[in-house]
Amino acid sequence: MSNLNLEKIIKDFPVLSQNFNGKRLAYLDNGATTQKPSQVINAMSEYNKHSHGNPHRGAHQLSIKATEEYDLAKEVVRQFINAKSIEEIIFTKGATESLNLVAQSYGLDNIKENDEIVIAISEHHSNILPWQRVARLRGAKLKYLYLNAEGRITPEEIVNKISKNTKIVSIAQMSNVLGTINPIKEIVDYAHKIGAIVIVDGAQSAPHMKIDVQKLGADFFVFSGHKLMGPMGIGVLYGKKELLEKMSPYLLGGDMIEYVTEQDATFAPLPFKFEAGTQNVEGAIGLKAAINYIQQIGIDNITEHERKLTEYTMDKLLSIPYIKIQGPKNMDNKGGIISFTVDDVHPHDVATILDSYGVAIRSGHHCAQPLMKYLNLPATSRISFYLYNSMEDVEQLIYAIKNIRKWLGYAS
Amino acid sequence: MHLDEIYTQLIMEHNKSSHNKRHLNNPNIAERGHNPSCGDDITLELKFNNNIIEDASFVGHGCAISQASTSIMIDLIKGISIEEALKLVETFIGMIKKEITDDNELEILEDAVALKNISNMPARVKCAVLAWHTLKEAIAKQNVQ
Repeated sequence: MSNLNLEKIIKDFPVLSQNFNGKRLAYLDNGATTQKPSQVINAMSEYNKHSHGNPHRGAHQLSIKATEEYDLAKEVVRQFINAKSIEEIIFTKGATESLNLVAQSYGLDNIKENDEIVIAISEHHSNILPWQRVARLRGAKLKYLYLNAEGRITPEEIVNKISKNTKIVSIAQMSNVLGTINPIKEIVDYAHKIGAIVIVDGAQSAPHMKIDVQKLGADFFVFSGHKLMGPMGIGVLYGKKELLEKMSPYLLGGDMIEYVTEQDATFAPLPFKFEAGTQNVEGAIGLKAAINYIQQIGIDNITEHERKLTEYTMDKLLSIPYIKIQGPKNMDNKGGIISFTVDDVHPHDVATILDSYGVAIRSGHHCAQPLMKYLNLPATSRISFYLYNSMEDVEQLIYAIKNIRKWLGYAS
Repeated sequence: MHLDEIYTQLIMEHNKSSHNKRHLNNPNIAERGHNPSCGDDITLELKFNNNIIEDASFVGHGCAISQASTSIMIDLIKGISIEEALKLVETFIGMIKKEITDDNELEILEDAVALKNISNMPARVKCAVLAWHTLKEAIAKQNVQ
């Protein structure tokens, strides 16, 4: 059905060949975390067997090997998002830490009383709470871009909310709940015209679509390793060099310094200024292997494969009268995420029942309580695809969904 | 673990029935219980006559397990003393945590024993115990007043 060799891909993922309760696993919770191919698992294992040392610190062979591998991982990330130089690539624990770093450093350095920070109502808590704190500490205002009936941010909303007082706009490229792809280019162009900087949360987009930070024009871009088949505990902050250079360090400690005296210190150049302490080197190695894996398959092939699965699933779900899809019902600017509710059945029961059919999905507020309140829903169930999902997964899902209401005593 | 053992007839009936889902006139206490990780959110209303729970009800939303557990608990605590209610809470939580397994000891839980299998489902334990923790909180506050 698409340009990728699905049969071969599925064999690369040991976790997918397992059965649960005698049922074949259909893993459709990729918005939460993704599974790892053997290529990633082996790369980390090889590093630990042959090259483990503390980078940038020693003269011995292992430290040198670890330094080379760590720096190479950074170069692979640079190419993946087309940043200008590796000075603009900072390794973090994940998208959450990257967003906190920008808020605590750029935010606190630059936001003043009565300034405005603009985010979308659909943001993940990790892109809300850091800005609430900056706004509170600085006496600034936190404003929200709201969604239209289809779940989208309109051009009018952008112009209405981003004002001459706006200094920071921070927005997810893809909603982790609705799967909508936000109009980043339009937001960046308008924000820049007004003099605001833009932070793009790519946690849900970078694993699934081509990212070019230079074309996008984003001042900062963040993503997590574990949502693109890499390990947990490694993530990326991209920032424009001229902005990063002016920012205060976030964490202070080893390896981020130039000179330290009893009362003072000067800091190392980029990107090390923002990488205090021993870093997650094996995480970086795993991330590199994951990106290599994506590039070998081709990110555009992944996007197209997910688009076909999502479109087919959405058509099937739309034909079931007791299912309601939240957000857009067509594939324009939408990624491989579908949020839905089942009439009379709470999303947690939906998840438990689907689990008993071998189908793994997520239910809850998806770390987006303001969005849930805005949609007037306590929770939703969410299907999220990745490159290793198949039509067989979808058929298993649809069969299970058609059985949900029966378990709670409804005729159909 | 098969679904039959969780979504039992009794749990389905309590989930659908709204006989305990209402507001009381002038309750002595209205205690909110909330599972932040999943969003189950109930408010338990209690009316006391000295030491006796004269009436009880709840409002809110949540999954079938949390709704049924709340409704079954309310049926059990109406008309009994605060001490007896606390004993039920202790026994129920002990059952879900698998600390109390003796059927004789569990007998006082009556219909609530239907939730015993939830103890095999770590992801749903908090749904089952929400109402019971909320009752304990409510009684603690009532005793202070």
